[in-house]
Amino acid sequence: MKQLVILGAGTAGTMMANHLVRKLDRTQWGLTVVDQHATHYYQPGFLFIPFGTYSEADVRKPKADFIPKGVTHIQEGIDRIKPEENRVVLADGRELPYDILIIATGCKIAPEETVGMTDEGWRRDIFDFYTIEGAVALRDRLKDFTGGKLVIHLNEMPIKCPVAPLEFTLLAEAFLTHKGVRDKTEITYVSPLSEPFTKHNCAVVLGGMLDEKRITFVSDFNCERIDPVARKLICYDEREVAYDILVTVPTNMGDACIARSGMGDELNFIPTDKHTLQSNAHANVFVIGDATNLPSSKAGSVAHFQADVLTENIQRFIAGKPLDPGFDGHANCFIESGYNKAFLIDFNYDVEPVEGAFPIPVVGPFKLLKETWLNHMGKLAFRWIYWNLLLKGRPMPGITTKMSTVGKKLNKQKGA
Amino acid sequence: MPTKDIAGVTVEVNEEGYLTDPTQWTQAVGEAIAVEEGISLMTEEHWKLVHFLQKDYAENGVMPTIRRVKSTGGIPVKELYALYPGGPLKKSSKIAGLPKPASCI
Repeated sequence: MKQLVILGAGTAGTMMANHLVRKLDRTQWGLTVVDQHATHYYQPGFLFIPFGTYSEADVRKPKADFIPKGVTHIQEGIDRIKPEENRVVLADGRELPYDILIIATGCKIAPEETVGMTDEGWRRDIFDFYTIEGAVALRDRLKDFTGGKLVIHLNEMPIKCPVAPLEFTLLAEAFLTHKGVRDKTEITYVSPLSEPFTKHNCAVVLGGMLDEKRITFVSDFNCERIDPVARKLICYDEREVAYDILVTVPTNMGDACIARSGMGDELNFIPTDKHTLQSNAHANVFVIGDATNLPSSKAGSVAHFQADVLTENIQRFIAGKPLDPGFDGHANCFIESGYNKAFLIDFNYDVEPVEGAFPIPVVGPFKLLKETWLNHMGKLAFRWIYWNLLLKGRPMPGITTKMSTVGKKLNKQKGA
Repeated sequence: MPTKDIAGVTVEVNEEGYLTDPTQWTQAVGEAIAVEEGISLMTEEHWKLVHFLQKDYAENGVMPTIRRVKSTGGIPVKELYALYPGGPLKKSSKIAGLPKPASCI
């Protein structure tokens, strides 16, 4: 019996288990998933917790509910991968040999990378919302907020869900307005980028919104350290930004087991072929989702599109056929903008977000790069889709793996 | 594709003035771009970063991040800001004849 091992049962790993259990010849192949955690979090929902829109119960379910029958589920930490020996060493010392390995170990925040971030201010007046603990602590702090300096900070690219800090900023503006303390609050968005978003077209639209909502944008800010006593961010060029509440998106890094295995770059992301998802270093190792070093967004929608390509490529690899270079960098993200409205963007490696309709060209119902109520409803409906269709590897009507350009206003793309 | 006359030669550039063909780069072109970026004298320390970027880009095909310049190039971030005030990687990559570092994600 040959063995296919999936490391990580987050969004990407769970989808792969569900796809492959149907596609592999189970008389020939054993399928194992390893993850140290028991709970699966719907991470896009973390954004709504600080504002009380979602509770903890809304975003968590047991991981085991999503691992299909016929797949061995091991709840254990990963010590390291030994790719030269085709085996994985678990935290309890057990060894798992594999014929094919899929790495879906994701990425997580590394606040300790920034001097001063995790000192006495951490979760007192410095918060993240990329963990359940951070999002809940921030909710409790915002409840009693009566005004002052609210600073939203992006420390370093790449991050998981690159639109989240902007969404948080826009939602916070609406939340504080509703609470009646907006006029007593200065909101500042601090980023190492030159524009408010990584994609120019989108940055222009969202940058306009920041101005409209009296949110100050501080660009090109590379944080050297945080002074938790004086409560300020300090840039390498000596600029300073003072805060009363700092909501930071710390540096994101791949899992520490990748560093222990000697398989990652300086942020523990694994060098991966950007079209086939095969590891650059080892032919029988594939990488999916946030664990890769690809120049695509680290987002659930991206992992979803990658999963279709990787499912095909695992079958081709087993059959000894050439791999399909089918992943085009496709990403599709709702961007909450507050007041029950949202944007939707759709882009890939080569095409910037532009105006159009999604998923059905011209028809929609969702409008790309436009702020609508229906887009907001789509974002809220997505939680159901995530638990019931996406994780289980069921088809999502109208959504294609490769990005469609039909009906899109491509002439608005910069530099294409 | 726009072109630009600089240091006695014509080079191809993009709309932001970054060279689009690294083979057109010479040290004299680099020095002339540096002057345009407000760096009147390229010292050995300035060149150390430019040469690291060129080597790393040639080897990996992507522009290194500030983190990589620090960890692999061995140049402290504070020093980068002292050498290239305002935007160390944006300026030094232009001087190096390389693409603007994309925070592409």
